[in-house]
Amino acid sequence: MPGPSCTWRKGGSKMLVARLLFLNIWRNRTRSILTFVGLMVAVLAFGLLSTVVQAWYAGAEAASQARLITRSSISLIFPLPASYGERIRHIDGVDQMTYSRWFGGIYKDTRNFFPQFAVDPPTYFAIYSEYRLSEEARQAFYRDRRSAVVGRRLAEEHGFQVGDMVTLKGQIFPGQWEFLIAGIYDGAEEKTDTGKMYFHWAYLNEELKRRRISRDPDSVGVFITSLADASRAAEVSLAIDGLFLNSPKETLTETEQAFQLGFVAMTEAIVVAIRAVSFVVILIIMAVMANTMSMTARERTSEYATLKALGFSPRFVAGLVVGESMLLAVLGGLAGLLATYPAAWAFQASTGNLFRHFAVSPDTSLMQLWAALATGLVAAFFPALRAYRIRIVDGLRAI
Amino acid sequence: MPAFIEIENLSKSYRRGDTTVQVLDGLSLSVEKGDFLALMGPSGSGKSTLLNLIAGIDRPTSGSIRVNGVEIGGLSDAELAQWRAQNVGFIFQFYNLIPVLTAFENVELPLQLTSLRAAERRARVERGLAAVGLADRMTHTPNELSGGQQQRVAIARALITNPALIVADEPTGDLDRVSAEEILAMLEHLNHEEGKTILMVTHDPKAADHARAIVHLEKGRLEDARR
Repeated sequence: MPGPSCTWRKGGSKMLVARLLFLNIWRNRTRSILTFVGLMVAVLAFGLLSTVVQAWYAGAEAASQARLITRSSISLIFPLPASYGERIRHIDGVDQMTYSRWFGGIYKDTRNFFPQFAVDPPTYFAIYSEYRLSEEARQAFYRDRRSAVVGRRLAEEHGFQVGDMVTLKGQIFPGQWEFLIAGIYDGAEEKTDTGKMYFHWAYLNEELKRRRISRDPDSVGVFITSLADASRAAEVSLAIDGLFLNSPKETLTETEQAFQLGFVAMTEAIVVAIRAVSFVVILIIMAVMANTMSMTARERTSEYATLKALGFSPRFVAGLVVGESMLLAVLGGLAGLLATYPAAWAFQASTGNLFRHFAVSPDTSLMQLWAALATGLVAAFFPALRAYRIRIVDGLRAI
Repeated sequence: MPAFIEIENLSKSYRRGDTTVQVLDGLSLSVEKGDFLALMGPSGSGKSTLLNLIAGIDRPTSGSIRVNGVEIGGLSDAELAQWRAQNVGFIFQFYNLIPVLTAFENVELPLQLTSLRAAERRARVERGLAAVGLADRMTHTPNELSGGQQQRVAIARALITNPALIVADEPTGDLDRVSAEEILAMLEHLNHEEGKTILMVTHDPKAADHARAIVHLEKGRLEDARR
């Protein structure tokens, strides 16, 4: 016997377990590498698709509950009379009011799409305080009716600089429209959209009249109101819409977040499909890895039986299977997680202005890790159970 | 004084589909401590099953097996695993070494179930491998060793915890004559010089000649025993 003071245990040392796990993974290199790559790609795809879904909702998430959007009750494409503004401003609960109108011009080529809005600069930038503009740029913008400001991301994308003349070709409002870049605004937060261009509504309105463009002069696309108390949003919304009830141009008022979610809802089927695909990818790799682990465990049946014959417990033997699967899952998962960051960067670079905010969130990274761990665990379940249950005499015969 | 191994009215049957296969049928046998018994018989006679039952890796359908005073049929699975680790050294026909581990690590495996410190384990394994003439092959993996060398590693592994009982199932079945003779001489030495009780299943009469006694099984029953 090893000695009078010796006690016995049911499993090997941590060193032995770690060594067995690493050596076993490296045993069938081709199979392990293919499984590793498969897992990495699956976790990467899962992360990237999850980021796309998050980016889709980013606009709505960044939107405020304390701001209301009032639009035509028929459709957003129908403008509202600018005169509604003064009446809205005086409703109880409204703190500030501004308005905007979608311009929809083309910069050089249709591929260079970016949103442009005609706004009332002082009131608009008072409400949207998350847009940070230097005092000098602000004054320059307010002073010159033909000037415009652009967001930092948009400026970097197209190389816009202060003092540049930018010409847009109007789609809704025909003709060439020239704007002088008076400033570049930054976002207060990372999620703040800096991909838009703002110019004077007054300039657009005057030009519509001067050029005799029959596109509803003295109209705006939406009114935006900020509330002193966000909890009164429903009450104020009803009050605004009540003002114009039974008028030729009735309104629909909702919170900015609900308004943005309305846009997302139009493409909800795509989002659902993307989300479904991201989970299907994980299910596929689960099946692939379960097959790998089954083959692995089957090939080692006699070794597991030998270990049991020597006195190692069934739990120790099953632990080896689970450990190997988890080790492979963690390695593949981490590789996939790390690869998601450059992949997301490349994705955003190739999609240009499509997403206002496209970044891998900590939640997504966490989900990727969980998905990898779940894959390892699910893949190991049946092979580990088999290794646990195998009778020694049957296993020894499996040579 | 009771025998080291006492088997009484031992039966083992398997279900195969709708039929019951009787492998051992009311077998009784006594083995004294320090004996070297060769179990012989045609295929299907039950000799390997008998060895597995005595070694505690299978359970009898009925009957009693007492090894060194312990009724092993009454032990739970966990108790039986610990009893095996402490009392039985296994030598298999195909060596059953873990292919990714070195000779040193394979021999060390049973010691991993003890509380011995790493330094003491190392000293024991080095002594064990030196005893089977493989001191210079400690870092070799099984596929870097010949069949005879692998079996010697297996013998070192079987002896490393100093068990009272060695069970060997066709230990020379996969070896050439020279290697087989080396292994049998080693078993004989263990029995004669170290007093190990050895049970060996073999088809080979020349291998059986190394044992002190030969037991013949036929259709699950004891046919003949001679010394």
